[in-house]
Amino acid sequence: MDLQSTYHNDMNIITVAEARIDAAAAIKFKDKMRDATSQGPAHIVLDLSNVTFVDSSGLGAIVAAMKQLNGERRLDLAGLTPDVAKVFRLTRMDTVFVIHDDIIALKMHATG
Amino acid sequence: MTADGDPQEFTLIAVASELAVRDILLALRSRLSAHGVSDDTCGSVELAMAEALNNIVEHAYAGEQSRDIRLSVSIKPERLCCHVRDGGAPLPDLCLPQGGLPDPSGPRNDLPEGGFGWFLIRALTERVTYERRDGMNHLTLEFLHSGA
Repeated sequence: MDLQSTYHNDMNIITVAEARIDAAAAIKFKDKMRDATSQGPAHIVLDLSNVTFVDSSGLGAIVAAMKQLNGERRLDLAGLTPDVAKVFRLTRMDTVFVIHDDIIALKMHATG
Repeated sequence: MTADGDPQEFTLIAVASELAVRDILLALRSRLSAHGVSDDTCGSVELAMAEALNNIVEHAYAGEQSRDIRLSVSIKPERLCCHVRDGGAPLPDLCLPQGGLPDPSGPRNDLPEGGFGWFLIRALTERVTYERRDGMNHLTLEFLHSGA
């Protein structure tokens, strides 16, 4: 499970460099997210634009990654592909996370 | 994993592991796509089958990776049928779970991290049936689709 952190002034954008967050990957994803979010900016955005598939285990791991953040840290999502957006919509988890439609605009804003 | 069968019906077999489930789902999606099933329907089938197959790995076979899961698919003009067979433990009370939606409205620390599987299966399918026969579980998920 390859996660890449890009630090902007006030934002840590974590890009998932793999296509699937599924039952086989969920535990590793959660552990890597703990490592990637323990330091740095309090505003974290998970960039899912490379991810084409999330199942209920992957969804649970993303929720767990948010719950394991300490204190004032927050986790937003960006770049949801159609099948991933469907899982969030059906389970109403799209009401729990702030979801950014445009990861490129977000990066430019964070950098500028 | 092996595969055989004619264009409108095919069977895929995987051992009961999460990685084999991933492979069988990729194979299923590529077969459906090749038969002209829409991306939206492919996405729904892949997600519902992921839940069904991972339930078998985690619960019916409970980690016994040497066991097989057999998935038979039939594609009809308006209906897509996925029949899954396994020799693991039966569903509790021989019944399909209700599959209610876990509550997403509470505070952060109370948010559900699981329990979505059967909800998703029910939400994505037109019909689900379960039967315990000859010591095997037979689970059938049916999807409506607009032409293949």
